[in-house]
Amino acid sequence: MNKAIAIIASLGLTCGVAAGLQASPQKDQENFQSFYMERFPDVPKEDFVNGIYSIDPAGRENWEAIEEFPPYETAISNGDEMWNTPFANGKAYKDCFPDGPAVAGKYPYWDKERSMVVTLALAINECREANGEKPLKYKKGPIADILAYMAYESRDQITNVEIPEDDPKALEAYEKGKQFWFAKRGQLNFACATCHAQNPGALLRTEMLSPAYGHTTHWPVYRSKWGEMGTLHRRFTGCNKQVRAKPFKAQGEEYRNLEYFLTSMSNGLPLNGPGARK
Amino acid sequence: MLSFRKAFAGAVSATAIAVSTLTLIPTIAGAEAPTSDVEAGKKIAMDRRKGNCIACHQMAGGEGPGNIGPPLVAMQARYPDQARLHAQIWDSTAANPASAMPPFGKHEILTEEQINQVVAYIMTL
Repeated sequence: MNKAIAIIASLGLTCGVAAGLQASPQKDQENFQSFYMERFPDVPKEDFVNGIYSIDPAGRENWEAIEEFPPYETAISNGDEMWNTPFANGKAYKDCFPDGPAVAGKYPYWDKERSMVVTLALAINECREANGEKPLKYKKGPIADILAYMAYESRDQITNVEIPEDDPKALEAYEKGKQFWFAKRGQLNFACATCHAQNPGALLRTEMLSPAYGHTTHWPVYRSKWGEMGTLHRRFTGCNKQVRAKPFKAQGEEYRNLEYFLTSMSNGLPLNGPGARK
Repeated sequence: MLSFRKAFAGAVSATAIAVSTLTLIPTIAGAEAPTSDVEAGKKIAMDRRKGNCIACHQMAGGEGPGNIGPPLVAMQARYPDQARLHAQIWDSTAANPASAMPPFGKHEILTEEQINQVVAYIMTL
């Protein structure tokens, strides 16, 4: 508990402190990662990509059984087909992503010209719209399929989100995401950090709370509770609803900034999406 | 006519507040709570959409409790002053800003009556 408060103090309360004392994203990352590694000293660093299953042996056994016939396989093959099917204008996804589908490790990134965080889901829809196709809905369905395919092709790439120092707007977006993560919200008054920094490993009823280190590595996810695939922003929405807060728009500025901050906290961890969760 | 109605409505709600305040006094003063309050409080404490105390606290008779908060035992010894328990449920962040507990009164998650019933129940643990 005291350590949780220390991480909150070292990360969350730095906003507004004189610039000279303000922790850098680099320092935040070190604090964040060492917090979880000290909290769960028996978990090998790379195992944090497995989320809750890195710390819950009983849940892990069920999950490993599920992974033998992964419930996200259909999504990967649907996404594969989407990737290889030309748009009505004859072009295809590969014309927007010349390096191929294995590019998940490059997202999210700061686009200096547009002064905004660009996520992979956003880039996919921008590709569609540039080619006269309708954008996909952001939380489930075909967007999760194409993301699943691209995530699968990108497995083992290393999370490496940069907060470019030559643009204060990038740091601002990062700070907004950080603030979002630490801000209590909703009727129930929970921050992301309340469960996932103060209480990872504790039980909420019979559900164990997951550590946030590694939260972003394995999306999209087939979630048994959903009975289907969903995106990271769908999960953000669900978390906000659970604390009785009004969710923000999937791929709106708030969640993109949150993704920017949260993904950077897992810098150095390999990507292992798509995933399966309870 | 309109202003009369308004004045009348105001008078009624003022009375309602006075009455509800009166009914609170015995509970706050620490008198033995009626069994019906204790039972109602237990239901609220176990109900996922109401108090849901069981989500974070171990309580005698509650199945599958969480462990984010401390077990609710020896409550009379821990809270000789019932008003302090009431305040804790109403807004635990007043005493401890880092508390993870939802502010049940401040955020109107439970009504004043429901909080009093929960207090009555918790004091029996």
